[in-house]
Amino acid sequence: MPIISASNITKKFNSFTAVNSVSLQVEKGEIFGLLGPNGAGKTTFISMLVTMKRPSSGRAEVNGFDVSSDPRGVRKSIGIVFQDQALDEELTAYENLDLHAALYSVPRNEREIRIMEVLKMVELDSRRDDQVKTFSGGMRRRLEIARGLIHYPKVLFLDEPTLGLDPQTRKHIWEYINKLRREHNVTVFLTTHYMEEADTLCDRIAIIDHGKIIMMDTPSGLKDSLGGDTLLLECSSPRKLCSTLKGQECIIDSKPHNGKLTLRLDNGEKKIPMIMQKARDAGVAVSSVSLHKPTLDDVFLHYTGRTIREENISSAESFRMHARARRRMR
Amino acid sequence: MNQEFIAIYFLWKREIIRFLRSKSRIIGSIGMPFFFLVMLGFGIGGIVSLEGGGSYLDFVAPGILGMVLLFGSVFSGAIVIIDKQFGFLKETLVAPVRRESIVLGKALGGASTAVIQGMLMIFVMAILGVSIPLHTIPLLFAVMFLVSIAFVSLGISLASIMEDMHGFQLIVNFLIFPMFLFSGAIFPLDSVPEILQYLSYIDPLTYGVDAMRIVLMGTARFSLALDLGVLVAFLAVTTSLAAYLFRRIEN
Ligand SMILES: Nc1ncnc2c1ncn2[C@@H]1O[C@H](COP(=O)(O)OP(=O)(O)OP(=O)(O)O)[C@@H](O)[C@H]1O
Ligand SMILES: [Mg+2]
Repeated sequence: MPIISASNITKKFNSFTAVNSVSLQVEKGEIFGLLGPNGAGKTTFISMLVTMKRPSSGRAEVNGFDVSSDPRGVRKSIGIVFQDQALDEELTAYENLDLHAALYSVPRNEREIRIMEVLKMVELDSRRDDQVKTFSGGMRRRLEIARGLIHYPKVLFLDEPTLGLDPQTRKHIWEYINKLRREHNVTVFLTTHYMEEADTLCDRIAIIDHGKIIMMDTPSGLKDSLGGDTLLLECSSPRKLCSTLKGQECIIDSKPHNGKLTLRLDNGEKKIPMIMQKARDAGVAVSSVSLHKPTLDDVFLHYTGRTIREENISSAESFRMHARARRRMR
Repeated sequence: MNQEFIAIYFLWKREIIRFLRSKSRIIGSIGMPFFFLVMLGFGIGGIVSLEGGGSYLDFVAPGILGMVLLFGSVFSGAIVIIDKQFGFLKETLVAPVRRESIVLGKALGGASTAVIQGMLMIFVMAILGVSIPLHTIPLLFAVMFLVSIAFVSLGISLASIMEDMHGFQLIVNFLIFPMFLFSGAIFPLDSVPEILQYLSYIDPLTYGVDAMRIVLMGTARFSLALDLGVLVAFLAVTTSLAAYLFRRIEN
């Protein structure tokens, strides 16, 4: 039985449809990623799963509890790290975690142990008694992730968990998320802008755009759906090489153009020696070879018609995260 | 049930910690009432005499105490707006805890901070020569807490429907400040035009000030039973309203 199951769930704000009849299922122990451009509806979708927003129509269950009719059951089963900061800055790291543990009925005698455990994990144990307002953005993010884990949730929702973090911390958090799944069988549902994050961390990815799921598959399945690698050969006679290679089953498509030959094929790196041999036999001189394997960026571009530029986003996003923290919540 | 008590306790504790960490809030909360007390008590007190005798300073002191509680409480309720703006509210809203418990924890916490402010004011008053019979203190605190929790709930209700602090400031100017003025805190109500008297009757703070005046001075305009009755009714209304409006925040 899937631990998250949404069927035709829709959220409308007045006449605007932010999430449009989304259906998906996540199995226990899976790390599931929701990938989409700004405004795609990722946060709105998560908000409905965590009972913060009511669906306009459709149904969703988390850990067997219906989000509309049994929100309390859902809340007990989940941990969530919101996209926007949700810490009390006047309290210390420890006090924030202690309050959270109490709200989630962590037994009194276990609170301190667990708090120290998660603080160590995010390397904030030395700052436990400092007020959150003295923390950097990355430290706050780590503290929030730690907080989401204290009560050992069955499902952990992470809305852009590593936004604005440095690559080292990001890797650290990925490791921890993997460990959670391995050791505690926690199901993780995350949204992200980082292709690398989606690719290395997630078992399955759904691409969402304009509130609709466009594609859902494993990262390699998504990349394969684009139809193989691209091999670019610079050579003396592209046409000749092209006709020489005709009949090779592994080559899906070939296009000669001024001084270059573009091939589409599966497992490109394994085919290069064979292609070089054929070229030599045909007397074609190859001056350079480059192989491009499809990335999630390509997948994303292919299905949404847009690219996600990680560099641009990280600075723009961390700024937005800051601005949002100050903005009121509706 | 036990779980809800723990949640209420921790939310109460949070309000207390935040309050104690904010020196400016502690000082600021009794700043204006202090000046009112000094200006009225010693300024006007020197030129007016009350009908029944007694010093004007003693008369105005419970009114100033009412002022401290009123503003302290309402601003504690306003923390809901700050929580909205800083996102912390979501953390509590998504927790497996009843909305009523969240409101109650906030209300008890806010009321406690208001009562602490009131205690500081009583201390200042004693130094300034206001007569505060020691045996009245327990009953006085009880009335103070009743008044505070009712007005914190009013603050939470208003904060639940307000978008930001500017809107809240407006409410303070057009609702809370008049409440203070019409409550008979600074002048005896018998001596004002009838229309103002009627306004004072619908002002819940009137009964809070009256009750504290009875406790401190032995007698005032109404009976203690009436005052407490009205205050309890007002409390019931504001807490229900707070619970109702707070529950509606999420969407
Ligand atoms: N409370 C609201 N009222 C009206 N429109 C809203 C509200 N919340 C979200 N929207 C709209 O719904 C759409 C989806 O927003 P959402 O926050 O879910 O996007 P997202 O995929 O999380 O984007 P991002 O990557 O920027 O976080 C946006 O167009 C947004 O403007
Ligand atoms: Mg979002």
